[in-house]
Amino acid sequence: MDAIYILWLRELKRYTRSRSQLVASLAQPTLYLLALGFGLGPVFRRAGEGSYLQFVAPGVIGMVVLFAAMFSGIALLWDRQFGFLKETLVAPVPRLAIVVGRSLGGATVAMLQGILMIIACLIAGFRPAGLGALPLGLAFMALIATPFVALGVAIGSGLQDMQGFQLIMSFLVMRIFFFSGALFPLHGLSRALALVAAADPLTYGVDGLRGALIGASHFHMATDAAVLVGASITLLCIGAWRFSKIEV
Amino acid sequence: MPTWPIGNWNGFWARIRSFEVRQGEIFAFLGPNGAGKTTTIRMLTTLLEPTAGSVELNGLNPARHKEEARKHFGIVFQDPSLDQELTAWENMQYHAVLYHAPRHARRERIEMLLKLFELWERRNDLVKKFSGGMRRRLEIARGLLHTPKILFLDEPTLGLDPQSRNQMWTHVKRMNETEQVTVFLTTHYMEEADRVARRLAVIDHGRIVAIGSSEELKARTGTATLEDAFLALTGTSIRDEAADPAAQMRAFAKMWRR
Repeated sequence: MDAIYILWLRELKRYTRSRSQLVASLAQPTLYLLALGFGLGPVFRRAGEGSYLQFVAPGVIGMVVLFAAMFSGIALLWDRQFGFLKETLVAPVPRLAIVVGRSLGGATVAMLQGILMIIACLIAGFRPAGLGALPLGLAFMALIATPFVALGVAIGSGLQDMQGFQLIMSFLVMRIFFFSGALFPLHGLSRALALVAAADPLTYGVDGLRGALIGASHFHMATDAAVLVGASITLLCIGAWRFSKIEV
Repeated sequence: MPTWPIGNWNGFWARIRSFEVRQGEIFAFLGPNGAGKTTTIRMLTTLLEPTAGSVELNGLNPARHKEEARKHFGIVFQDPSLDQELTAWENMQYHAVLYHAPRHARRERIEMLLKLFELWERRNDLVKKFSGGMRRRLEIARGLLHTPKILFLDEPTLGLDPQSRNQMWTHVKRMNETEQVTVFLTTHYMEEADRVARRLAVIDHGRIVAIGSSEELKARTGTATLEDAFLALTGTSIRDEAADPAAQMRAFAKMWRR
């Protein structure tokens, strides 16, 4: 238990100490929020879909959580070669405790990032359905953070070099984001795109966030939650297994 | 002095004939790049399982009893393994927790080690502000925190200036004397190995080609210095190490840090 706590604490300390990284990681989503939120607003309204800013804000919040979570997982690559993690791998602590502690830390950091993004959205003019929306929104943020930290750990455990890291970040993570329905409504899509979106775990995360924050979801929120819990369990098992196989 | 059998395996990569390190001695493992030094350390420290043969560490098989074996050694890797965003104190403290160091003795031991390694004044500074020599000292202090029986140092002085190296070895020797910790080190600096180690093994292509004290090696090869003895034993051809991913990352890390 001590080991889990200490590794969780370490992630939090690292996060609060690297202010520049904190700001930089919010810059891109904010750009999406402002440029798309206001730029596509008139078209969206003319199509009879309401305010695009309201629509896209949960998507951008989901994006922040996704990026932070995946980054934390994949950063294993660096950490196990040049970081403290390398040392923990020869400590008399079960690997499971290490991966759990680190993942919890990563997920917590991703949620903190998400909360900062909610604040940024509020400043930009986003208005959630009500105060009760926030706890449910936080729950969905946790449900986004968990599977993607685990996915990141699974990938980060196997990666061998920095090129792989960049490849995964730009190919996999961007695709997960774009096909998730974070930027567009899920109804009336072409069959192919609808299928791709349905296979993307983030789709359910963003949809759940939308249900929680603006009271309009495509699927039932219980369906969203169920899919995310299922994805979390599966990916956590894969991540823990891959992590246990790391050789330094 | 009791003997402490440490290795006897003959797998594909490290076809090392039986050798042993005695309790309380400083033992240097020398060899050209790619000779199998780090691989040997990885096998001794539970990170890699030997494909054949057996390894024994303080009476334990590190491949079988990983967690138990890990309590008995401290290690300083070739690559840095400190958390740069944490302070020296935090790095030590987290290590103590991970190694189940008794809570009441934790603070005292950390304080003692930080003072000994001349880092006490800087304990609340982030490690990223430390020089290379200070980082190495902190890593060694951390490796000794849980009072291990054996300390592995994998090229600990790489990239350090002579002053830092000298200072580092003084500390290591003192800990070797006061706590009887066995030290198993690898290095490319022959004069350093000559000065610090009681016994040395020269390894090449995964084979031990010679083992003994510095005098024995020199006498055997009829040379005046350990460096000449080393060249006589391993030849003068340069070994090309295949560019493995870790080496690429290392190059990348260097660029990143500057």
